[in-house]
Amino acid sequence: MTAATDTLDLAKHGEAGHHGHDDHGHHALTGWRRWVYATNHKDIGTLYLWFSFAMFITGGVMALGIRAELFTPGMQFWQPEFFNQLTTLHGIIMVFGAIMPAFTGLANWMLPLMLGAPDMAFARMNNWSFWLLPPAALLLIISLFVPGGAAAGGWTLYPPLSLQFGMGMDLAIFSVHLLGISSIMGSINIITTILNMRAPGMTLMKMPMFAWTALITNYLLVAVAPVLAGAVTMLLTDRHFGTHFFKAVGGGDPVLFQHIFWFFGHPEVYIMALPAFGVVSQIIPTFSRKPLFGYHSMVYATASIAILSFMVWAHHMFSVGMPATAQLFFMFMTMLIAVPTGVKVFNWIATMWQGAMSFETPMLFAVGFICLFTVGGFSGLVLSIAPVDTQMHDTYYVVAHFHYVLVAGALFSLFGAVYYWLPKWTGYMYDEKMGKLHFWWSMIWFNVTFFPMHFLGLAGMPRRIPDYPLQFTDFNAMASVGAFCFGIGQLLFLYNVIKTIRGGVGPAPANPWEAHTLEWEVPSPAPHHTWESPPDERLVKKGLVAQSLE
Amino acid sequence: MRFLRACALAAFLPACSYAIDGRYNFQTPQTLIAHDINELHAWIMAVIAVIFVAVFGVMFYSIFKHRKSSGHKARHFHENTTVEVLWTLIPALILVVMAWPAAKVVLAQKNTGDAELTIKATGYQWFWGYDYLDHGFGFKSKLATPREQIDNYKSDGQAKSEHYLLEVTEPMIVPVGTKVRILTTANDVIHSWGVPAFGVKQDAIPGFIRDTWFKADRIGTFRGQCVELCGRDHGFMPIVVSVVSKDDFKAWVDKKQKEAKAAADDPNKVWTRDELIARGKTVYDANCAACHKADGAGGGPFPALTGSKITTGPVAAHIGIVLNGKGAMPAWQGLSDTEIAAVVTYERNALGNKVGDFVQPKDVKAARK
Ligand code: HEM
Ligand SMILES: [Cu+2]
Repeated sequence: MTAATDTLDLAKHGEAGHHGHDDHGHHALTGWRRWVYATNHKDIGTLYLWFSFAMFITGGVMALGIRAELFTPGMQFWQPEFFNQLTTLHGIIMVFGAIMPAFTGLANWMLPLMLGAPDMAFARMNNWSFWLLPPAALLLIISLFVPGGAAAGGWTLYPPLSLQFGMGMDLAIFSVHLLGISSIMGSINIITTILNMRAPGMTLMKMPMFAWTALITNYLLVAVAPVLAGAVTMLLTDRHFGTHFFKAVGGGDPVLFQHIFWFFGHPEVYIMALPAFGVVSQIIPTFSRKPLFGYHSMVYATASIAILSFMVWAHHMFSVGMPATAQLFFMFMTMLIAVPTGVKVFNWIATMWQGAMSFETPMLFAVGFICLFTVGGFSGLVLSIAPVDTQMHDTYYVVAHFHYVLVAGALFSLFGAVYYWLPKWTGYMYDEKMGKLHFWWSMIWFNVTFFPMHFLGLAGMPRRIPDYPLQFTDFNAMASVGAFCFGIGQLLFLYNVIKTIRGGVGPAPANPWEAHTLEWEVPSPAPHHTWESPPDERLVKKGLVAQSLE
Repeated sequence: MRFLRACALAAFLPACSYAIDGRYNFQTPQTLIAHDINELHAWIMAVIAVIFVAVFGVMFYSIFKHRKSSGHKARHFHENTTVEVLWTLIPALILVVMAWPAAKVVLAQKNTGDAELTIKATGYQWFWGYDYLDHGFGFKSKLATPREQIDNYKSDGQAKSEHYLLEVTEPMIVPVGTKVRILTTANDVIHSWGVPAFGVKQDAIPGFIRDTWFKADRIGTFRGQCVELCGRDHGFMPIVVSVVSKDDFKAWVDKKQKEAKAAADDPNKVWTRDELIARGKTVYDANCAACHKADGAGGGPFPALTGSKITTGPVAAHIGIVLNGKGAMPAWQGLSDTEIAAVVTYERNALGNKVGDFVQPKDVKAARK
């Protein structure tokens, strides 16, 4: 045990009285009740993380369904309708079911620990925000089996196409409503926790980067989740109640939907990317044994990205036919995002520079993140040039681009986060060899899967097609092989996590990485209740000094 | 030696991409705009390559040199205002030199004025209709690849033709060296009309008309595909444009105009039931069979027509639904009165239905009001 842990114990001694009593009340819940009635931020974090992993596997199996069909030209496994349902559900499930809940789960688990708070601000609401997710997921899965099948209009649900489908589309709309309510409640909780429950001495400008990105991300979510809810509600009334928001025959405008959708959708992309930046900003300094370079510019860059993200939505719509001035405005704004994003990358590299780096699995994933996210950023810059986007729009180049950002960005950072905090969660060390294997395996097959898609897109292969002309054969075959290998590799991760829960390669010390944020000051595994009294100001200060924030 | 040569070749692949047309890079440009787009892309890629090498060079140097395992000790600096200002300003400047040429191309792309020929491209589920507005004729352009080549469900299927999925029953034909303005619109859902070699892509939106333009430099046949998810057969609606000499174009237009005149329907003609049924079958197969199936059995979200309430109920409702659409069914206002009269009659007296009544073009005309 480190000295820091002793300090925690000291704090506990101070109020031993209440303590025993409190512990009693909560520990009464065991078995399924512990999870269904969960109000403890750690339990809820765990629920979120397992849920999101289950969705990752579900969405992943669907992706493999897509790639199996695309392995060779010609239709071999699915009917085209079903293929479209697969791409649609894959997209919705990965975005709303896998990536977003995973980050909310991480925030739930880690924010109170990192900020020195006893729990989230609204513990009961927290239970609700999680338990809305499984029914939402269920609606999506059930929709596969209703007459007409699941929604097949792509995750963007563009009308008038989305007005054509059967009941599956309504289920998808309700599911999106539930997911949206859940996200809003989760966000309010996270924002309030960050603003109100920080340890004494930890001002906003001194809290960990992960807390900053969580704060900004969740502001974005509160701002845009209602926009999406509005858009899909308008779809619903167009479908069933005779409105004509998006139907040209009644004076509506199909393009209006795209504007509303992307006003939500572009910030949404950053809702999946910013927390990843936060995670990486925790991991890189730890394994470089150096403070984060340019903390303040990191905060400003994150905020600028968030603000700019509201001004670029129409770059998803360069081909709908905008006036030249609008085209130019959105092009310039989009290019501008490269500046703060560049600042972040430079800061991470400067953090590594002259460090004493070691490459445990979390660090591997963080460095892998920087490499691949940068590639995704570059292809994003290419896409921002409106005339070039004329060629790329709705081709596989876009599919390559967003998977570099979402898989290599969001997902890799999540893997990094899990390996980084797993000792804190379980009290055991994971198997390092297997972790490294998981990294290298994912890294290689990820690139085999998605790099060729750039070429497919350049050559003009449209996305969302179940079959393709012969000149696209080789790269598609390659991508499919890559996808299957990538998918299988994820079982390694599952195995390693389960093994760690069951004891791993031995007990973990309170601070295995010698990091300086507050979560490492409590024992591993983190006890059910922590920071019931706020951490001592000296303890907070010690960490801040080590991070060069004071 | 051969291995070395292969490596050298691999290293130069991006450079010889023009030779390997549309494999590692854009298809060979056939218009000035496509050419400009190529240049823009090449320029951006060059900038990116330089940044990539510089940034990753620094990072990997650090990764190899500043390892704990090699005994490197961390130095605890964490701020440097000068470099932070520099690495904000320099990228901003680089962006300016990228934005300038890009803006010029945007303005050129948007300038659809002074076109010498105007063609309307209409997206249908799932084929394209082309109307030559200056010459008063039009036609439908559908996938020509036979189903037997596409379906591999049970075996490898039939051998696939060279232009598998990129061949149509009748291509759009334009003269070389002529500024062609394309108006896009759609009948049902959003489609997108694009030909990569021309550097054009424009969504076709129901109820709205958008435009784009191209001026092909070379005679030849150029191919694209619908690029906006438009339902079941989105992957099966190719776009083929044949660029021909001006003389050939003139001859072709003459021929098409004569054909159009011969085929035009007299809206006042009174048809017999059998004539209507025969005509109706061609209309049905061309427009309706895609969803309701050739035998009227329907499938998925598309209802069967055999024995349905609409096709065996009052004729006014039947005409109404064809004209105005409902839910997944698009409005077919674009068909002529004669065509609608024929197809309605066909649906009531074929496909297993035996209602017995029939509809004249003038009834449809009245129903349009
Ligand atoms: C094993 C990993 C994955 C593979 C092999 C994979 C593969 C694919 C493929 C082949 C498509 C269809 C592209 C098209 O036809 O347009 C697709 C679409 C998509 N993927 Fe993934 N994907 C993976 C993971 C993810 C993850 C982690 C996310 C996270 C957010 C994600 C988000 C999406 C989205 C949003 C779409 C667009 C769906 C649409 O067109 O509506 N994918 N993916
Ligand atoms: Cu289409």
